[in-house]
Order: sequence, then structure tokens, then C-alpha cells
Amino acid sequence: MKPPAVVLTAPGTNRQADAAFALEQAGASAVCVDLLDLPERRAEIDRAKLIVIAGGFSYGDALGSGRVFALEAERLLGDLLAEKISAGTPVLGVCNGFQMLVRSGLLPGSLQHNERGHFECRWVVLQPSSRHCVWTRDLTDPIRCPVAHGEGRYTCTPSELATLRAEDRVAFRYETKSYPANPNGSVDAIAGVCDATGLVLGMMPHPENHVTPRQGRAIVTKSGLGSALPLFRNGVNAVR
Amino acid sequence: MSDIAKVIKPAGTHRNRALTRQAHQLGFPDVSITASEIYFLRGNTDLAKLHDLMARLIDDAPAGSARLDSGQNASHPDRLTIEVARRAGVTDRVAVQLTESAARGGMPIEAATGSRFEVTGAGGLPEKDLHFLVHNLLCNPVIETWSFGPVAPGFARGDGTESAEVAIIPVRGLGPDALARVNADRALALDPEEMTVVAKWFEEAGRDPTDAELETIAQTWSDHCSHKSFGARIETSEGEVTPLLRQLRETTKEMAAPFVVSAFDGNAGIVSFADGIRLAIKAETHNHPSAIEPFGGANTGVGGVIRDVIAAPARPVALTDILCFGPRYLDHHELPAGVLHPAIIEEGVVEGVADYGNKMGIPTVAGAVLYDPGYTANPLVFCGCVGEVLQGYDKLTAPQPGDRIVVVGGATGRDGIRGATFSSMTMDATTGEVAGASVQIGDPIIERLVTDLLIELLDRPDPLVRALTDCGAGGLSSAVGELGETTGVSVDLTAVERKYAGLQPWEVWLSEAQERMVLAVAPDRVANVLARARHLGLSACDIGEFTGDQRLLVRHGEKKVVDLPMPFLHKGRPVRQLHAVLPSPDRTPDTQVRRTDVHKTLLALLSHPNIASKESIIHRYDHEVLGATVVRPMAGPRQSGPSDGTVVAPPQRSSGFALGIGVNARYGLYDPERMAHAVVDEAMRNITAAGADPAQAALLDNFSWGDPRRPETLGDLVATVRGCCDAARHYGAPFVSGKDSLNNEYAASDGKRRSIPPTLVITALAHLPQADRAIGTALRQPGNLLVLTGRTTREFGGSHFNLVTGEESGTVPAPDLTAPARYRSIHQLMHEGLVASAHDVSEGGLAVTLAEMAMGGNLGIDAKLDDADECTALFSESLGRIVLEVGEANLPALLEAMGDEAKTIGTTISEYALRITTPAGTHTWSGHDLEKAWRGALS
Repeated sequence: MKPPAVVLTAPGTNRQADAAFALEQAGASAVCVDLLDLPERRAEIDRAKLIVIAGGFSYGDALGSGRVFALEAERLLGDLLAEKISAGTPVLGVCNGFQMLVRSGLLPGSLQHNERGHFECRWVVLQPSSRHCVWTRDLTDPIRCPVAHGEGRYTCTPSELATLRAEDRVAFRYETKSYPANPNGSVDAIAGVCDATGLVLGMMPHPENHVTPRQGRAIVTKSGLGSALPLFRNGVNAVR
Repeated sequence: MSDIAKVIKPAGTHRNRALTRQAHQLGFPDVSITASEIYFLRGNTDLAKLHDLMARLIDDAPAGSARLDSGQNASHPDRLTIEVARRAGVTDRVAVQLTESAARGGMPIEAATGSRFEVTGAGGLPEKDLHFLVHNLLCNPVIETWSFGPVAPGFARGDGTESAEVAIIPVRGLGPDALARVNADRALALDPEEMTVVAKWFEEAGRDPTDAELETIAQTWSDHCSHKSFGARIETSEGEVTPLLRQLRETTKEMAAPFVVSAFDGNAGIVSFADGIRLAIKAETHNHPSAIEPFGGANTGVGGVIRDVIAAPARPVALTDILCFGPRYLDHHELPAGVLHPAIIEEGVVEGVADYGNKMGIPTVAGAVLYDPGYTANPLVFCGCVGEVLQGYDKLTAPQPGDRIVVVGGATGRDGIRGATFSSMTMDATTGEVAGASVQIGDPIIERLVTDLLIELLDRPDPLVRALTDCGAGGLSSAVGELGETTGVSVDLTAVERKYAGLQPWEVWLSEAQERMVLAVAPDRVANVLARARHLGLSACDIGEFTGDQRLLVRHGEKKVVDLPMPFLHKGRPVRQLHAVLPSPDRTPDTQVRRTDVHKTLLALLSHPNIASKESIIHRYDHEVLGATVVRPMAGPRQSGPSDGTVVAPPQRSSGFALGIGVNARYGLYDPERMAHAVVDEAMRNITAAGADPAQAALLDNFSWGDPRRPETLGDLVATVRGCCDAARHYGAPFVSGKDSLNNEYAASDGKRRSIPPTLVITALAHLPQADRAIGTALRQPGNLLVLTGRTTREFGGSHFNLVTGEESGTVPAPDLTAPARYRSIHQLMHEGLVASAHDVSEGGLAVTLAEMAMGGNLGIDAKLDDADECTALFSESLGRIVLEVGEANLPALLEAMGDEAKTIGTTISEYALRITTPAGTHTWSGHDLEKAWRGALS
């Protein structure tokens, strides 16, 4: 049976279809549940074996990226996300979803305005670097996929950074530390981090936009290179 | 009245850096700026709660820590404090969200926003320069107020009480001069003949019009809404010509292309290619609003064209944008009075386009950016949208008598009044003040939800809506008036949900508040539609019914506001009579052999702003959302070359579509008719080079022109439309929709009128049967051969070679009659998988094409051209040419298919360099030098 996955959205989220498609490609069965549909559809989240928090501009990010998403999720779901994680459910927050997880306190650090001061969309190269994270363990080949965000510069305190490194929780790094390979000026070229359990991954780039060869054909020189599908397969295999 | 708390949050360093950099760019090298956000909070005086609210909703440590403003600012001799507040009623997503989130957290407050700027190094500036700096960089008076020191906040919830005032405007018995005064005083922008017809109608009706009636007529009869110049009777020295819009429509009809589902009807054109999927396409302009409030103007331009496509009804899947600006580097003393600096306009427009498309989650995949001094006072912003038609399309009909009129989306406010008439007027130095109310700020998140709602209501075999249209220029007056044209309507304005109290009835009727759609809904479905909209948090109201009595009846409670017969409103406008003087371009064969420093000229071309890399703009648009982008605007593994057409294909599907854009106003200055052929060819070249099928392509026309009442300006337009129709037939690509934006002029304080260059934008939408066969412009591998298809002749009129060398001579490229057949052959070769990459030859000629292919692929080219006339071979802009990269094994098949229209001109090499050998010698450029020139100008 295909493991059931929920793509959690809020008004203004816009990459939910992309995330659902990627999950389906990886062997899950995915539905989108919006905060507006709560509490009626809470049971679907309860049942989900995987949760992806989709990217976009929840509530227009009017009070800062992901802030209202996090507040509303807390108001409408209470501790459900934390409980699911304790019960072993892998969670992936992409872009706005990462910002939401950071605002919720489920991941450390903060996501600041890009160093260049504006939104940036371009393809990047991601080096997977955590064996601890369920989503990235045994990934060795670099992933190529686009970033598309204005507030993605990962920052954290020196002690948080030390902990992330010591606990093998830096899930992805950009190819180099300098622009444009590191498109936002993130500290230590960090593109994604996971929590202490290794179940919760937050990342700014969009792996859901490179899960078929055609999506990357103009970018890579050999068909299928740099696909992000293995990332989603890891999530699915972890709960199968 | 409760106290107003003022919370200050320092902006991040990125914002201060950007502002300071822009100040330097504007010509103020000593100025530096530090910014803070201001949040005005009314209705909560409990300090503890306030601090809690700040921590939860405002504070952004470590980037900026919010604090309560003490009101005590240390004064400093060389530091000016300028505060800016958004005007009451202007859309403010931050204030709305703050109010909502605070309420959910049990803190009922009202919020308004502003900014504080500490400006150093501006103390010694003359007042005029200081005001220029403030109005370009810190505050746009169209939407904001400012002061030295504390500014008064503009809370959205006005203190006004509901008004039901309806003014009567006397027009009966007035002579031409008095009517002209009414016309000017109320900014109706009607022709004198039209004012006479209006006065006569009311004389016969035995009464004078209400304010709302006069405004309704003016909006409905505006060039913007009724295309009265495109429908005008035009006299030329060659006799009367068929009205322009009819020429375009009839051409499409004659061509009878099987894939056209709907052309020049409704909100967007609709086509259906071989795969059975129906696509809606539309492009609009938002020029005047973008001139006075660049961010808001471009922002709502994108929002407007998306609503056109939603109204088709379709799910939006791709956006395009074509932008024309004045030069980036311009001494601000040379600017006409009241005109924003081109660099400021560009920054605002790009941010406005990016903000709306990115937040809607629709990829912005194709476009162009042009620079010309002619656009300084009147920039052009063309926004296009493609959508996939919803299932319910087949069931839509005209509204039936008894159907309810339902408005969904955002609430109605005083934002944006008289947009249709404003866009039909010439701008001058006072336009910014006068037209303030016609500019709006968009709220893309609301439009995202409106889109989701309409997909829910209409993407089903039994749609819950009978008919729909978007609320654009003219607001409800246009939308309801259009939708009810055949039935008649009865509306009660008190049912329209307002953002705040205090609006007069005519303002509610005319308001262009954004993100609204008007639906015709059968009575038994209204409750369901309203409930679905409200579930998403949208405003939704039932404001009246479609009647069947052919009258436009608008009341405010019991009071009558408008009572006009639909036939008069929609058919009563007298046909415009215009006179055109046709252009007589020089087309004598060019015998002059040009000589130039080839090495230097190519680098100059690559660094010309029109040809140079647009990546600093492109990367600010999300072109990847939806995961369907196959050929993106930047080409190659390093995204280091420009693309021709772009390709979109949903990952679940085998087929897709390509978009191509043609625009070249330089040609229009010399030969408008040839310009039309050239830009249609460019759009078709683009989609062909991207792998799409040129036999399954439809076109959009967008004209931005000067005042058509000037005979020469109209003559250029007549010649251009003739060229468009010829070219459409020639390529077998029918026009399915279009839009004209006329009166793009600026009357400077010296009395001189400045018109824009005649600008035609052609968009081609074409079928790509196998999306896996899409082709990019970047070279794929060394050891392949390069083949030039098409013929090169000496054509330099309006060329970029002339632009960078200072030459003036030459003829504009002639139509290429063999191009359509050749493009079909090329498509067949691509379809069979025989072509590795392809790039068209356009501005700058073949040398630029080769340089761009090399940069994109990070590879080199060794080319050999045997033409004796080196300049023509390298820099002429003859139409119909595409360079193909093919593997050696595939060359015979290609040459056999193309005959003498293909010529092998070189090979791809691993060394990153361009080497071109001609009879005159060998020219070599390193890839690094090419890139430096191409990326330098705009980075």
C-alpha cells in the first residue's frame, strides 16, 4: 500500500501541487490539506505517515515569512505536529514550509532577507551532507533544483551552528559559499537543516521541481543527473 | 479616542544598502539612508499586551528589534528625518494582516503602516533636488503622505459615515465650450462629438445626468474599454480603410484555422491544439499607472491580465512581461518635470511584476526589456497570461433574466477611480496628483484565493456560474454593464461590501478596487457560491439581478443612481472619424558596403542594454513554480545565455506549448509595416527554435502608440495593422486576441508633446507535440556542426549595428516569403530528434547569435563565412534565420530537407571562445570577454 502523505498548506501557499506530484512519483499517495479546512480535515493529518509543508507566500508573508503560518498552525493544530514527530513521522518543510518550521521552533536558526535584498529564482547545486537525517541519509550525488525565495539566508548563533555540525544536522549545502552558487548568503552555505530526531528537514531550494528528467534536461548534461527524486523516496521508504 | 501607539522596527541592512545605492545612482553621491518600518496601532493602551503583540507579530530579532517610539529623536545638523505613511484606503496587506492576527490573538487593534528614513548628506541640497530625491526614493505621493518628522497615520477604517449623495450634472442646453468644460472638469476624456450625443440624449430624456451616469458613459466609451480608435472610420489619401480591429478579426476568420476556439471575443483568446487541451491567452498593458506609481502600476497590470484569463475561464499557468524604459543612466536634471527617473521606474516595475506573479505562484517565463529615450516619461508595461481552460467553459452562456449578480474577491474601497479614462488621456506634470485615485496596489494573495474559488466553481461539468467577467478599468460600471448588455441589470449599491465607510454611490460604482470578479449565478446556486467564497475568507455579495428589460438601473437603497438603456450605453457612441497620413518608408536597395572594427563592434552590441543579459531581472521572477518549465528564459547549465522561446509542459503530460515574443520599436521608427512583419517573424522564429510546431501557432497583438488623432501617428498604426494581417496570413498564424493602448504621450511643461516610439508586441503561442523534444539555445557538445538556415541580405535600417556605430542608413529587413515553409522543415527535423540546439538571428545579427550560443553552452565555436561583405554577414538583421547545432551523423538528413536554404558555417569546440573567419581575416573572442561584455551592462 502507498503510504498516505499530507501536503499542509495555508492561504497563499503555491507549490502544493508540485510537492504532491513529487510524493506520488516517489510512491506515496498525497493529498493537500489547508489550514482553512481545519478542524474538519484534521483526521487526514492524524493518519498521514509523511508530512510536507509546501512553499509559497502563506498569508502574503506580510508579517515576515512563515510567521502567520506558524501562528495559525499552532492555533488550529495545537501540538499535533510535535506529537506526530515524536511518533516518528518524517516532516519536510520546503521554502515557506522551512520558514514556518523555523518560526514554529521545530528547527533552529532563522531565515533572513537574501543578501542581495530581493527575491531570487535560479537553479543551484546541493551537496547532501547528513547521514542523520532520514530524508538525506545515503544520498551522495549532488541534487540540482531551483531556489525561488526572498527570505532564505540561513543564520544561527555560533553555538547553534556548532551543534548542527556536531550532530550531523546540516542536511544540504550549496556548492560554494559565494554568490550565485549560494544564492542568498546563508552561513556556511547551509541550504537545509534537520532537527535532533533527524525526522524534520527544512530546506530553501525546491527538490519537488526536479523529480522528472525533463524538468532538468536543459540544466544537466546527462539525462537524469541531479534528480531530487531519491530525497522523496527516502522519506517514503522510511515509513513504508 | 484611544491613543495611537507607534512601533518602530529598523529595516535590515539589505534595505539600507539598496536605498543608499539608488540615491547614488540618482546623482546624490553623498547621501546615505537608514530606514525603519513604522506600525501605528490604535485601540490598545495596555502596555503589557502591546509588548506581547510586538513580540509575536512584529519583532524580527536579530534583524530588527521592534520598540515603542518615544517621540524623542535626537536632532542632528546633517540628518533629516522623513516619515512616510500610506494613505487611508490604499491596499495595505501588512496592516490588514496585523489587525487580523492581533484579533485572533485576543488583541483588538487597528493597524496602519509607514516608514521612517534618516537621511544624511542631504542637508545642503536645494529644495528642488531634495523633493526629487524624496519623491523618487522615499515616498510616492500618489499612495503615500510624508513630512519632516512625525507623519499622521492613514487608518483604513475611515471616520466617514455612509453617504447617499447623488449629484446632478447639468448638460442640457450647453454649447460646445461649456460641454468641453464639463468634459475637462470631470476628466471624462470624451470626444466633443460624444459630449454632444450625450447632451442630446439627456435633452430627449428630459433630465440631466447624475454624476454616476456621466462617469459610466465615460468609462464605457473610453478608448480603453470600447477601442474607439481601433473601431474608427479612417480616411487616408488612398481612401477609407477598413476599421483596424475589423481587419484583424476578418483576417483570422478568413484563415479558419481549426485550432482557434474563440478569437476576439470575451476576456481572452482560446485555442486548442492537437492534444485536445484548450489554452486561453491574453496580454494587457498598464502604462500610465506604471509611469506614476511603478510598483502598483505593474503589480495591478499583472493582476488584471490574470483575471482576464481566470474569466475565460481558465487556470493560469504562465506569465509574460515586456517592459520598455528610458535609459538607466540619465542625469536627473534632464528629466521632464513630474517624471520619475527611469531607473526608479524600472526598479518599481520589475518589483511589481515579480511580487504579483511570484505570490500568485504562476511562473513568469517569457518577456523582453527595451531601453529607449522615447520611453523616459511614458514607460510601457505589457503583461501576458496563459491558462488552461476549465471544464465548465462549454456550459457558460449569457446571463439569464433572473440570475443574480454576485461580486467575489476583495472588498470595495476608494482605490482606483477612473482608470479607463485616465489611460485614455495624455499625461502631464500634474498627472501624478490628479490621477492619484486611479492607481491601486494589488493584493496577490486575495487573487490567489479568487483563482482557487473559481477553479472550484467552474472546473466541473456542471459549473455553478453561468457567466463571469473581471472587474478591471471602470470597476463595477464596466463589468456589470458588459455582462448585462443583452439583458439589463438592477443593482443595489448598498449590498456592495466596502472596505470602510464614507464612499459616495458613484465611487462604489466606479471603484477599481482590485481582485474582484463579477459572476452571473442562477438564484438557487447563490447561497452555495457565497458560502464557498466566504469559506476562503473572501468578500462575496449578491448585489442585484439580470433583468431582461435592457436597462442599466443602479440604486443606492431607494435612491436612483443610474438609469440608462443598455443600447444607448453600448451602441450609442458615435463612430470616431479619424484621418491618417500613411508613412512612405525608404526601401531603395542598399548599395553601401560597410566597414567596421568587427571585434569591437560585437562587444559593443553584446553590451548594448537591449541585447545585454537581462538576468538581473529574470532571476527575480519565479519561472519554476508548477514544475512545468522546460525551456527557461536563461539557457544552459550555468544559465548563462538568453533563450528564444520558452517551453511549458506539465510534468504529467507528454505535450506542451511554447511562447515567443517579437518586439522591435526601432524598425517602427523607419518602416512600421515592415516592423509588423519583422516582429511576427521574430515571435514565430522563437517558437520554432524552441521546438514547437509553427503550423499550430496563434498570435496576440499589443499596440502601444501615441495619440491617434495625429494623422502621422495614426498612419503608422494603419501601416502596422496592414503588416500584421499580411504576416498572419503568411505564417498561417491567426490573431486570437489583442489590445491597443493609445495616447502614450507626455505633454511636458515646455508645451512639447513627447510620444513613445510606435511599439508593437507580438506574442506567439504554439503547440509542442512532444515536450521531450524541446530545444534550447545553448550549445550541447563539442564536435557538432553549426548550420545557418535562411538568407542574409544587406538590411541595416533600424538595426542595432546602426545604434552602436552611430550609422543611420539602410532599409528595415524585408518580409521573408520562404520563412514559413522553412520553419516547418526545421520543426520536422527537431521532432525527429536531429537538432541539438537552435538560436534565432535577431538584434545584432549572426555574430551576436553565435556568441550567445557559445556563452549558454560554455563551449566555443569555430566559424567560417565566405561572404565578401563581412558586415552584412555578421551584423545584418535579415529575417527568417535560425542557427542549428547538429551532430555530424545528422547533417546529411538536414541538408537534404533544407536544400540551399541551409549552409554549414562552423563547428562547436571545447575551448570557450568564438572564432570567426571571413575573407577579410579571422576574429577571435574569448568566452570570458564575450560574457564580460554581455553581463557587464546590467549587472
